[in-house]
Amino acid sequence: MINRECGVFYSTYAADMRLFPLPLTRWATAGIAVLFFVIYPLVANDYFLNIANFVFIAAVGAIGLNLLVGYTGQISIGHGAFIAVGAYAGAIAVTRAGMPFWIGLPFGGLVAAAVGAFFGIPSLRIKGLYLAIATLAAQFIIQWLIIHIEWISGGAEATISVPKAAIGPWVLDTQVEQYFLNLVVVSLAIVFALNLVRSPVGRAFIAIRDRDVAAEIIGVHLFRYKLLAFAVSSFYAGVTGVLYAHFLGIANYEQFDISASIDFLAMIIIGGLGSILGSILGAMFITVLPMVLRVMVEGVGTVILFLVPSANVSYIVQSLTSIKLILFGLLIIVFLIVEPEGLNKLWRNIRDYFRVWPYSY
Amino acid sequence: MQVLLDELPFFLELLLAGLLVGMMYALVALGFVVIYKASQAINFAQGEFVMFGGFLVAASMRYHGLSLVPAMAVGFGAMVVIGLLLERLVLRPLIGRGVIAIIMATIGLASILKGLLLLIWGPLSVDIPLPISEAPVEFFSLLVKLITVVGAIISLVFLAGFSFLFLRSRLGIALRAVADNQTVAQAMGIDVRHYFALTWVTAGVVATIGGILWGNMIGADVHTALIGLKVFPVVILGGLTSVPGAVLGGLIVGAAENVAAGYIDPFVGGGTKDFVPYILMIFALMVRPYGFFGEEVIERV
Repeated sequence: MINRECGVFYSTYAADMRLFPLPLTRWATAGIAVLFFVIYPLVANDYFLNIANFVFIAAVGAIGLNLLVGYTGQISIGHGAFIAVGAYAGAIAVTRAGMPFWIGLPFGGLVAAAVGAFFGIPSLRIKGLYLAIATLAAQFIIQWLIIHIEWISGGAEATISVPKAAIGPWVLDTQVEQYFLNLVVVSLAIVFALNLVRSPVGRAFIAIRDRDVAAEIIGVHLFRYKLLAFAVSSFYAGVTGVLYAHFLGIANYEQFDISASIDFLAMIIIGGLGSILGSILGAMFITVLPMVLRVMVEGVGTVILFLVPSANVSYIVQSLTSIKLILFGLLIIVFLIVEPEGLNKLWRNIRDYFRVWPYSY
Repeated sequence: MQVLLDELPFFLELLLAGLLVGMMYALVALGFVVIYKASQAINFAQGEFVMFGGFLVAASMRYHGLSLVPAMAVGFGAMVVIGLLLERLVLRPLIGRGVIAIIMATIGLASILKGLLLLIWGPLSVDIPLPISEAPVEFFSLLVKLITVVGAIISLVFLAGFSFLFLRSRLGIALRAVADNQTVAQAMGIDVRHYFALTWVTAGVVATIGGILWGNMIGADVHTALIGLKVFPVVILGGLTSVPGAVLGGLIVGAAENVAAGYIDPFVGGGTKDFVPYILMIFALMVRPYGFFGEEVIERV
């Protein structure tokens, strides 16, 4: 009934190669665009806009990591460090070199891309687990360098205060203005990534992931494309870092340590490796999870207080951090076992079910 | 020349302390190597095993008044159960899924263990009282802490024991067979699942011993898990599948980080200890990724 491809015939190559060739997907995309550009900022209050901002920034980072891990098959546990590089580079550009925000943003991305390409050099010789460990080393080395080189970190606390983003004379300091900034950046990031994976470069990435020896034989220059994957992924990470720095007002390495790297890995695994939509869904899931958890735990506490007025519920609220850790680990393991292709696969199952509904036989 | 001779005691003290601590790193790395050798599974949660096992012993002694041996039994028992549950519920469904699945599963496990510890006992650090004096011991006019010497000796015993086990015993041969080719090993009548469970249990027990030693040295709390991050340089230098390699890697990492920290720390304000092993590791990965004694993985198309 909703068979999307039914009756759709292309008469030009351009129509066939469009990013969204089917009318249904075009309408759906337009609808989503209207939802996020028009409806959400009108109805959401500052709290929900804040959440949306965090989700958008995390989505940029998740897409970057998925390009490297999901599409090119190079395991990286150093994403947090590249985000930190971008954050500090952007912060230094804006505060010390006096660059405007709209130059500082790509500048942070480029610096992170250079650092990422450098730490991708081992990928020429090692792969799989060994590469993962090398990126882990990158995480710690970059973190140490940021903390201990005063020129970068600006002192003992390794924190740089960053003013809110400003485009020309217009300072973006309300939640709504930052929402639109982050929305524009993440939209550009999504469109670029979607086109990248359809291009020859993207196909080279996928070839490397699937069978790199065979890819080399058919002429894919392994080292060049692996470095490119690291560079592009780190560019996304750098942009994420700059956005975080401007949104939160400070650049601090503690936000981008190994647990951040693990968070982003969790985002793409839960969302689905090798899928842009998966990265976005995963970013939404992981970013919103702590807030949902807090609401649930407080709810449970309230219920217990209602039933047993003398109960000591402060213990429950205090154990929020530990519950979050346990749940986080459980979710990763459950998703790995039950749905290895992540939320993206769940969405595809739903979509494919309705593709031929009600004539699914 | 005189300057060098004057420096020598300081350098030797750093070196000796580093070597002894390095042996203790090797003990933690042993658990990692045992698992990887048999099942090619990477255990990113080894540090959390050390933390959890050590903390169970610490909590049993401090909060429940058990003496050392019963507390150790509690620790071992719990790690055995965790190892068995892990193998049965998590690792068996993930067989054949590739490196990243196992890595992420053990990262998830690490998170769960950390959360459990915080939930049940809170973030406070607990001491493990061992019948070992705190006073430094003199060894050729160099001062060392007695606990590091005891720790090194215990590690040496275990490492030698496991080396022997892998080489000579039936159990070791079966484990090596499983590591080489699972299907053929099963055809020969070796129950692969049984041996996988055994490796995880062993890793847990070895980690608990490490946890007791480290808990005595630096106190048992959530941060003990950071030892697990030191495991990677040790096993990369030594070779992921080699027990003697773990010893060599441990010695090198321990000595290098301590000596470097002693000389470089005053200039950079600390933190060199966390940094130097990873520099070593990057060099090793560039030059000899399989380590000194590791097996080279030959990819066949």
